[in-house]
Amino acid sequence: MNRMMKHHLFWPLSVLGALLLFNLVYSPDFFSIKMQGGQLYGNLIDILNFGAPLILVAIGMTLVIATKGIDLSVGSVVAIAGAMSCLTISKGADQNSLGLVLGAVGLALVLSLATGLWNGLLVCGFGIQPIIATLILMVAGRGIAQLITDGQIITLSSDRYKFIGAGSLAALPFSIFVVAAVFAAAALLTRRTALGLFIESVGTNPEASRLAGVRSNVVVLVVYMFCGLCAGIAGLLLSSNVSSADGNNAGLWYELDAILAVVIGGTSLNGGRFYLTGTLVGALIIQTLSTTIYSVGIAPEITLVVKAFVVLAVCLIQSESFRQAIAQRWRTRRYPGEKEVARHVS
Amino acid sequence: MTNAQPILQMNGIRKSFPGVRALKGVDFRLFPGEVHALMGENGAGKSTLIKTLTGVYAVDEGSVLLEGRPIRVHSPQEAQAAGISTVYQEVNLCPNLSVAENIFIGREPRGFGGIRWKEINRKAEELLSERLNLRIDVQRMLNTYPVAIQQLVAIARALSVSAKVLILDEPTSSLDSNEVNQLFAIIRKLKGEGMAILFVTHFLDQVYEVSDRITILRNGEFVGEYKAAELPRIELVSRMIGKELDVLEELPREAEEGLIDRKVWIEAAGLGRQGAIDPFDLAIREGEVVGLAGLLGSGRTEIARLFFGADRADRGTLKLAGEGGGVRSPREAIARGIGFCPENRKTEGIIDDLSVRENIVLAMQASRGWLRAISRKRQAEIAEEYIRALNINPPNPEHLVKNLSGGNQQKVILARWLLTEPKLLILDEPTRGIDVGAKAEIQKLVLALSRKGMSVLFVSSELEEVLRVSGRIAVLRDRRVVKEFEGQGIGQQQVMQAIAGG
Repeated sequence: MNRMMKHHLFWPLSVLGALLLFNLVYSPDFFSIKMQGGQLYGNLIDILNFGAPLILVAIGMTLVIATKGIDLSVGSVVAIAGAMSCLTISKGADQNSLGLVLGAVGLALVLSLATGLWNGLLVCGFGIQPIIATLILMVAGRGIAQLITDGQIITLSSDRYKFIGAGSLAALPFSIFVVAAVFAAAALLTRRTALGLFIESVGTNPEASRLAGVRSNVVVLVVYMFCGLCAGIAGLLLSSNVSSADGNNAGLWYELDAILAVVIGGTSLNGGRFYLTGTLVGALIIQTLSTTIYSVGIAPEITLVVKAFVVLAVCLIQSESFRQAIAQRWRTRRYPGEKEVARHVS
Repeated sequence: MTNAQPILQMNGIRKSFPGVRALKGVDFRLFPGEVHALMGENGAGKSTLIKTLTGVYAVDEGSVLLEGRPIRVHSPQEAQAAGISTVYQEVNLCPNLSVAENIFIGREPRGFGGIRWKEINRKAEELLSERLNLRIDVQRMLNTYPVAIQQLVAIARALSVSAKVLILDEPTSSLDSNEVNQLFAIIRKLKGEGMAILFVTHFLDQVYEVSDRITILRNGEFVGEYKAAELPRIELVSRMIGKELDVLEELPREAEEGLIDRKVWIEAAGLGRQGAIDPFDLAIREGEVVGLAGLLGSGRTEIARLFFGADRADRGTLKLAGEGGGVRSPREAIARGIGFCPENRKTEGIIDDLSVRENIVLAMQASRGWLRAISRKRQAEIAEEYIRALNINPPNPEHLVKNLSGGNQQKVILARWLLTEPKLLILDEPTRGIDVGAKAEIQKLVLALSRKGMSVLFVSSELEEVLRVSGRIAVLRDRRVVKEFEGQGIGQQQVMQAIAGG
């Protein structure tokens, strides 16, 4: 039991379990999944489907945070990617042509890679602090997205494009497969190659890593580009789901939810060790929470407050020092130094 | 002195942590007007004893008497109020506040409408000049001063809270010898004023230079209390280590005649870097150990960093194995067969959140690139192998490296480089802050490696150690290579003279 509790996924999974349990008690048919017209429907499927863009953005964010960085521009990149692909398709003669849709998707992804490159260059080329470097694109990116859409909301009628975010494959939403593929790619890239080791070592101690021969700059660059790519794919899912691009509101505040998901998943903002599975669970917690708030029917004007309190509680439960502080308060109330010791020993 | 009352008396102190008995009945006495050295290897219980004294830890058993009265302190603040002040190894002041603010932080004289800044500055100046003979601008930020001055400011802060007992926990580990002398002058002055000083250090010279008595701990046990004048060095070391040990006196040395014919592996000609080191010539043959001696800041580390490409040279040439081109980056240096254990283990050596295994394989993996990953299984084998070979403790490859002692962290970094099988290993202060036993192990390892044909550049501020391991010594002064000594039996006196110059 003790070993289980020390596993980094224990608390995130417990919170997710508690949230789902609450839903089950509140509405007993929460878990029911129905087959309708060859596709599965149900709350759980919805959580996965609507949570897909957040999970994608959070996966990229995990790696950036592991290098002691942060990427605030992901929300804007979501908008840029959606705007770019929608614009390309809307300009085409036949919106349903496969070549056109693929071209549009490719163009959007290249553009999002370029945004990642830009962020990466600012951070490791010019040595600007990540929070400032990516703030630039966070602000400017909205402008770029609106420039692409010409300040309008572009709407499409392309079934092929719509498939990405709203289609289904083997009775499940297609977006779930996209997420699974990206997650698998990220896991393989970091854990089957040495990239994960390099990311963690650069995030923990950049100078020592340089002296051990790790190309810190390349690692950082790659990571920001990957993060941009993830945000781009998320942008495609979002815009395709509603068949339109809104430069103003698409992906708004995604960066904050993504950072939250990463932190809930156990990756420290100080960089170093990262946990992709933790991030996945963290993103699911946030999505489940949103769904729960709607299904419980909390008045819209206080939903954000409720969300804030739940998130605060989750973060506190997660924090080992908080739990220990509570548990040890009595025993060591007079010698603060003992707390340190107990923490290291247990 | 024997008829005087000890100002501080600790009797039968016991302290356990879950799984470890850190102190097993330790006695300690401190008299006013004496400097008392607390000696022991890493893990002997020195820090724990100090922390029980300063209220960081609770005492499980035993009594502490201050001026004859039993006291129980529960926090460093209470200890300070009782007259026990501590200056730690790493200066723990606020670098971005002024000197005066640092001295009076938390106890600022207040007047109507706020803090009386003029009074703070005046008092700080008085304190520094009268008690420490230090005249500096107290309104400048602390981090604009060298570490030695910061150390003195920390002492001034300790004094200003009317300390009777001053604890100095390795105050000299980042000072050069001039600064050490300055510090010792102040210690003697304070001692003359009747202050009781508890002094912890790893440097044996300093112990004998400044302390009156010595208490030795070993594995949490009290070994004994001695007058410094009556305890020979070798005796002190053997009591600390607990076995009759002559590792420090003699290391097996190969005859060095054969070396002269060996090929030169690395050769610097007129190599230099503006503001760091004047152009110098230095060559190292295959299998040779070359020592760099000199004071802190004399340019030792700068040479090491130029050889490794950690800093770029801006003049001169560096030839490796007969080929020129120099080294432009650590990556290139590694690719051409150089390994480097940096001076600052914590900030430039270990990756502290990663495991021992990951720290060991890092350099090799970095030179293989990210695609050719070393399998997890192979990594574990490598780690196990080096843990055994270098006697790394605890012998667990998955242990986080930050939880290891300094000596073991150093061994992990050594393992990292040995794994890459370098032709030249640069060791910058490889034994700083680690205990005598581990020191001897590392010195032996250096000689064993050189016997196998590896060249070593050995940098250390401990002259004895440089003399012990190197076949040739280059002496630096004021960022210049001033002299080279070669062959067996280089005299300590000659080298010292070269270091001191004049």
